[in-house]
Amino acid sequence: MIRKLLKSVREYKKPSILSPVLVSCEVVMEVLMPLLMSKLIDNGIDKGNMNYVWVMGSLLLVCMFISMAFGALSGREAAKASAGFAKNLRHDMFHKLQSFSFSNIDKFKTSSIITRLTTDVTNVQNAYQMVIRIAVRAPIMLIFAMCASFYVNAKVALILLGIAPILLLGLIIVFRYAHPIFVRMFKRFDLMNNVVQENVRGIRVVKSFVREDHEIEKFTTVSKNIRNDSVKAERAINLNGPLMMACVYSAMLLISWVGARLVVSGDMKTGELTSMFSYTMQILMSLMMVSMIIVMLVISRTSAERISEILDEEPDITNPENPVMEVKDGSIDFEHVYFSYAKKKEKSCLSDLDLHIKSGETIGIIGGTGSGKSSFVQLIPRLYDVTDGCVKVGGRDVRSYDLDVIRDNVAMVLQKNVLFSGTIKENLRWGNPDATDEEMIEACKIAQADSFISAFPDGYDTYIEQGGSNVSGGQKQRLCIARALLKKPKILILDDSTSAVDTATDAQIQKGFSEFIPGTTKLIIAQRISSVENADRIIVIDNGEINAIGTHEELMEKNEIYKEVYASQKKGGDQ
Amino acid sequence: MPPPRGARPMNREDLKKNPISKDLIKKLLSYLTGKHKVLLGVVFVCIVVTSVTSVLGNMFIRNLIDDYIQPLLIDGSKDFSGLARWVRTVAILFGFGVLANLFQGQIMVLISNNVLRNVRDDMFIHMQKLPISYFDTHAHGDVMSHYTNDVDTLRQMISQSFPQMISSAITIVATLAGMIYTSWHLTIVVLAGTFAMIILMGKIGGKSATYFVKQQASLGDVNGYIEEMVNGQKVVKVFTYEERAKKAFDKKNEELCSNATSANIFANILMPIMGNIGNVLYVLVAFIGGFLAIECGLDDVITLGVIGSFLQLTKAFVMPVSQVSQQMNAIIMAMAGAGRIFKLMDEKPEEDDGYVTLVHCKKEGDSLTEVPEEEALSFKRAHGGKESDGTTSYVWAWKHPHQDGTLTYAEVKGDVRLFDVDFSYDGKKQVLYDISLYAKPGQKIAFVGATGAGKTTITNLINRFYDIADGKIRYDDININKIKKADLRHSLGIVLQDTNLFTGSVMENIRYGNLKATDEECIEAAKLANAHDFISKLPQGYDTVLTSNGAELSQGQRQLIAIARAAVADPPVMILDEATSSIDTRTEAIVQRGMDALMENRTVFVIAHRLSTVQNSKAIMVLENGHIIERGDHQSLIAEKGKYYQLYTGAFELE
Repeated sequence: MIRKLLKSVREYKKPSILSPVLVSCEVVMEVLMPLLMSKLIDNGIDKGNMNYVWVMGSLLLVCMFISMAFGALSGREAAKASAGFAKNLRHDMFHKLQSFSFSNIDKFKTSSIITRLTTDVTNVQNAYQMVIRIAVRAPIMLIFAMCASFYVNAKVALILLGIAPILLLGLIIVFRYAHPIFVRMFKRFDLMNNVVQENVRGIRVVKSFVREDHEIEKFTTVSKNIRNDSVKAERAINLNGPLMMACVYSAMLLISWVGARLVVSGDMKTGELTSMFSYTMQILMSLMMVSMIIVMLVISRTSAERISEILDEEPDITNPENPVMEVKDGSIDFEHVYFSYAKKKEKSCLSDLDLHIKSGETIGIIGGTGSGKSSFVQLIPRLYDVTDGCVKVGGRDVRSYDLDVIRDNVAMVLQKNVLFSGTIKENLRWGNPDATDEEMIEACKIAQADSFISAFPDGYDTYIEQGGSNVSGGQKQRLCIARALLKKPKILILDDSTSAVDTATDAQIQKGFSEFIPGTTKLIIAQRISSVENADRIIVIDNGEINAIGTHEELMEKNEIYKEVYASQKKGGDQ
Repeated sequence: MPPPRGARPMNREDLKKNPISKDLIKKLLSYLTGKHKVLLGVVFVCIVVTSVTSVLGNMFIRNLIDDYIQPLLIDGSKDFSGLARWVRTVAILFGFGVLANLFQGQIMVLISNNVLRNVRDDMFIHMQKLPISYFDTHAHGDVMSHYTNDVDTLRQMISQSFPQMISSAITIVATLAGMIYTSWHLTIVVLAGTFAMIILMGKIGGKSATYFVKQQASLGDVNGYIEEMVNGQKVVKVFTYEERAKKAFDKKNEELCSNATSANIFANILMPIMGNIGNVLYVLVAFIGGFLAIECGLDDVITLGVIGSFLQLTKAFVMPVSQVSQQMNAIIMAMAGAGRIFKLMDEKPEEDDGYVTLVHCKKEGDSLTEVPEEEALSFKRAHGGKESDGTTSYVWAWKHPHQDGTLTYAEVKGDVRLFDVDFSYDGKKQVLYDISLYAKPGQKIAFVGATGAGKTTITNLINRFYDIADGKIRYDDININKIKKADLRHSLGIVLQDTNLFTGSVMENIRYGNLKATDEECIEAAKLANAHDFISKLPQGYDTVLTSNGAELSQGQRQLIAIARAAVADPPVMILDEATSSIDTRTEAIVQRGMDALMENRTVFVIAHRLSTVQNSKAIMVLENGHIIERGDHQSLIAEKGKYYQLYTGAFELE
């Protein structure tokens, strides 16, 4: 998994390698310093040799500046590497996302995709920076400082070698104990956030049922559990500090006891003893660092996993080899089509659909929620693939076309319409990036959008807020239709796209279709009978099957469902 | 160490908006000290002991060398008993230090978690008391972040920054004393160096902060784009917009990368530079110390031990100074977080001066006697859900205490009247003008009109989510301002367009309407709402657990559960706000049957998008821009050939 993510480092390999290399140089300098210092004390100050002090001192200063330079450079490279890595991760995920089919998108919830692209990337970025800087620095420091201490005095160094594993063991035990509690606590945090979220969103329900106390009880229970877990886990983690302190102090006492004897017996110099204290700190501190990094890594692992889930996801609709690049006409053929969202066949969403639509026909589609209308039309631009059977456009299987070609020729106005932040023109250009102003106005005229757009002070340059919140539902739907028309498609599909448009305007739009784009095959899903009344044929879909096909008059005569729908809309109207 | 969960870096804007006030600190301190005065005292003592021990640890080398090693070297004896005694004493001192550190950590965990829990609980309890207007005017994400980000910054501050600041301060003072005591010459050197270090740090820190602000801005830009595109991903597919989206994204991503790099470079180089300035000071001390000792003949003042321990002291001094400056950032962030938390807690809660309450009464003939709830419930259960056995019946009644000390009881009938009601959400833009209407017990009143015409607003006034600006609303001839809010709302059932279900089983969700309802009563309500059939078909039936607002169910099914929830509450008055708008007409017919059963014998206010659902109302009010422009029943309104007629014939757009 980690290896997969690391593939995204790419052009940032250089800083990623440079940073630890530079940091190693910094560490070498840092380890060197106490050594030089001890020489300075023993041979310079102790012997009253000021010349030696100057020489050693200057050498030390040089070391320091080198160390500072290396440290800063390493920091710079680490920043470049981690920011670049994050950029590449986002890039890879976003590009992968663009190759996802509808079913891939359905698999992840949109909110979870967003978290993966934002928070999770930030977590991984921080962990990566930590790793290339400190995860390398700490072990190197540990090894070098250990070596240096052995160089200075092996006997004393043995003390350090004895104490370091004790600290390490202690840290591991603490971490092992605390980790599952943290995991449990984070779940409880999610639970708490869930309670808050439900309350903020459902506050009207809470208040109208007067359930404030009930909710408070729910919340305080969760809050109490979090507190208890948190106390347990943090108590364990907080043992690290005293543990570290105990180790440092024991090392210091042991070193001074042993060291003093060595100095007195002349086997060691005072300066060397001082340097041993420095190494004690360096070694134990780097152990502490290692344990912190492990915690960081464990935490960011979940994020890394979630990112790789996206990168691993294989788009299940891909371009065929040698794709057909042209759609002959707008005819559509469904040949014994079966379809289900899950791969399991038992729960079929559409079964045995067999239907042939001629190029240029207008088809109305009626059916209840969940009857399969939307699934049915989404097979045409190959937003989903059939489970069995085949869908043909222009006489050829949709799976043989180039994906962009088939989708450019089949324009679809989705039920869940989305406009994007930007001007009306920019939104319309989604349909055709090179559309001229005249083309846009013409499309808007057909979609009955021109009149209200012209009434805006900024006309076609009016800025649409995110999600299209500054236009009404009916206006939004008409803009979406115009956007689809700009594609000049061979097939146009409206999935319940005029529900918020009044019937008079709706009729105008239908009229525009037959006048301006007579050659385009039109499939219109609607709740309102009036939207499909004038279609060449109307399909009644029920429970994933075609219940009836016919004109309005035919269906009014013999189809129960159609009559029922009609009655539910006209009840009491014409009595 | 719990990781910061999405805590955001400090933002200077935050600070400007919420300056750290005395009031804020006072409030925070009251949470901190609250029940923990003794424990905090212990912690303080522990911190002092720990800090003193660590200073002692730094003087340790000087003592070792000057007091023991040098004399031993000079007189050449091998008597280590003095040293052994000293080591033992120091070991005991160190032992105290470790113990103090241990206690401090353990106690602080307790204190900080208690404080955080209290803050969270108080925040939630207060939030429940806030009026609907608060939720209407605050983004849900912002409210959420008080519980996550803001509380997290507090955690950081209380459990880390706060103790560290104290210990740093003590260490700084103690070390400084130790330094002056050891050698004032060298102290000056260290102080000068530290000063330079602080200035440099401020410079780099400032640079880094500017880039962090830039990084935040471009991060927001990228995240915003991601959010918009991911939400519209299906549209992207349909329009084969993928390549264009990639291009636009890459551009924003590139910019974020460059800002993030700059911000992190400055943050990263801070540490090595700081550390090495400490080192430079270290060398300077050796230099100057050596110089003073050797060249200036001060070797009796500046001994080898002095230099050795001064080197340690220098490190010990520089470290807390840089820690303090790092903690400053965390503290400023926490203060901003605390400011936002207390702002929520300072929001004015819903006012409730009502004194008329809802009680159970036993009704014999015309006389009402108040009875405990259990009696009414057990009677109802004994009589198969009926409230009456012919002679005695159990009813809801308004208990009305009067100024003269008398008490009267009036049966709850569900008679709602509005007299000349005006209303405005913000006190500026009036949204309702002169609304008068009456709903007699058992009548169905419908509101029809475009979005923003004021339909929902009227119902918001009846259950007092908002209070009217002018006019009067009377419920069973009592001014609703006199009725206790909780009791008023108990008597009003509500089904909204956006169904909000809660995490829990289907049964629990239905029982939400009446916590005392038995399983049988809940199932009964589900049957009434036409929901029983589909619930029985769910994998675990009534025990099926719903999560994330019942995402497992269809919109229609969610709506049916919401109706069952209202049914189990069994209120005399119902408000149905666009309850069936997002369901297709055939499914609506099923839901409608559930609703019709629910509406029987109740006063009902119904807001509808589809006119078919309101045709059988007693009266239909057509609203436009806050005015009732037409009223009457379906037939008469059609005959009037006005707005309603236009809407009905589809000549006019509703949204």
